[in-house]
Amino acid sequence: MAESKSVKTIMNGIWRDHPVFSMLLGICSALAVSNKIENAIAMGAGVTFVLLATGIIISLLRKIIPKQVRMIVYMITIASFVIIVDRVLKAYFPEISDSIGPYVGLIITNCIIMGRAEGFYVANNLGQSFLDALSNGFAYTYTLVAVAAVRELLGFGTLLGFQVMPDFMPRWVVMSMAPGAFFVLGTLIWITKTISGQTED
Amino acid sequence: MAMNFILIFVAAVLTENAAFTYLLGMCPFISLSKSLRTASGMGAAVIFVITLTAIINWPIYHLILVPLGSELIYYIVFIIVIAGTVQLVEMIMEKFFPVLQAAFGIFLPLITVNCTVLAVSLFMVIKEYSYLQSVIYAFGIAVGWIIAIVIVAAINEKLELVGAMPKGMKGPGIIMVTAGILALSFLGFSGMV
Repeated sequence: MAESKSVKTIMNGIWRDHPVFSMLLGICSALAVSNKIENAIAMGAGVTFVLLATGIIISLLRKIIPKQVRMIVYMITIASFVIIVDRVLKAYFPEISDSIGPYVGLIITNCIIMGRAEGFYVANNLGQSFLDALSNGFAYTYTLVAVAAVRELLGFGTLLGFQVMPDFMPRWVVMSMAPGAFFVLGTLIWITKTISGQTED
Repeated sequence: MAMNFILIFVAAVLTENAAFTYLLGMCPFISLSKSLRTASGMGAAVIFVITLTAIINWPIYHLILVPLGSELIYYIVFIIVIAGTVQLVEMIMEKFFPVLQAAFGIFLPLITVNCTVLAVSLFMVIKEYSYLQSVIYAFGIAVGWIIAIVIVAAINEKLELVGAMPKGMKGPGIIMVTAGILALSFLGFSGMV
């Protein structure tokens, strides 16, 4: 029984209630930092770390936190871990930190984390919250990497910095800029919605 | 001097449009841009909160955090100020302006997680703006964001009437593509300032 609940938690996270495609959470950063795969991986790792840490803290403290101030408690918890992510990126990956800059700080307002804290961690124990954080973080990361792969390939002709496209192919510069982000994510939403059959009528 | 302020404002509204260039505030963007009325209600609330938080956050950062050498915790401080401001505005409106409260009160709690608000505070630190410049910049960014969401909402209201559209594309998908085309046209403003 416990097994099946865990499996359900994971499946909900990575496909059925996919944070980006079906809940439309965390779109800002999914669009803004997905111009290169390395940025996407760094952002995905950062969000996963904050999700895990917040999940652990909130699910452990869920009986102590008074209901009226829970939002502020989430915010402070999330912000503290975001500072850690920001410092680690600055110290060990200065180039990535330069290119995604302020968007690391914006992990605080990434609605995935707030959404999971309010919707899942307050009501579930440590183990379930851990699984949920892991699967949501993974879902977010693979979405970012998928968008980034398309944009980097078309915009720069590279994948993870290695040249893939032949030289005679023109670079599709728009793809590496803001409009490309909208088009690629819009198309991905279309594809996933069609596959999963969750259409709006 | 006045020219400088005008440039910051125009840049914030058009060339550095929060939604179309920096891709900020996308969550409410997608969920609210289904009708023009909600979009403009949200816009009014956003303009108010963004300007107010910039007015409060600048002195806190430059007069308290920097002298104390604790710039590190500015994420926490900013987000608490934003959450507090939103709560305060909500209470004041409930007490003194019940009509306004009815018009855009429901959007206020959502603003805390609108990343444009936090981003404006972070950008004003990164760009090292003076107090007055920060306030004008914040106001400009808010106006730019509203322009973006109102245009998309207006187009989207008409798109609802289109029958021949793939089912999976309806809703968020088509909003994304609309926003993408608008972002392309906003690229035309680059180089203006």
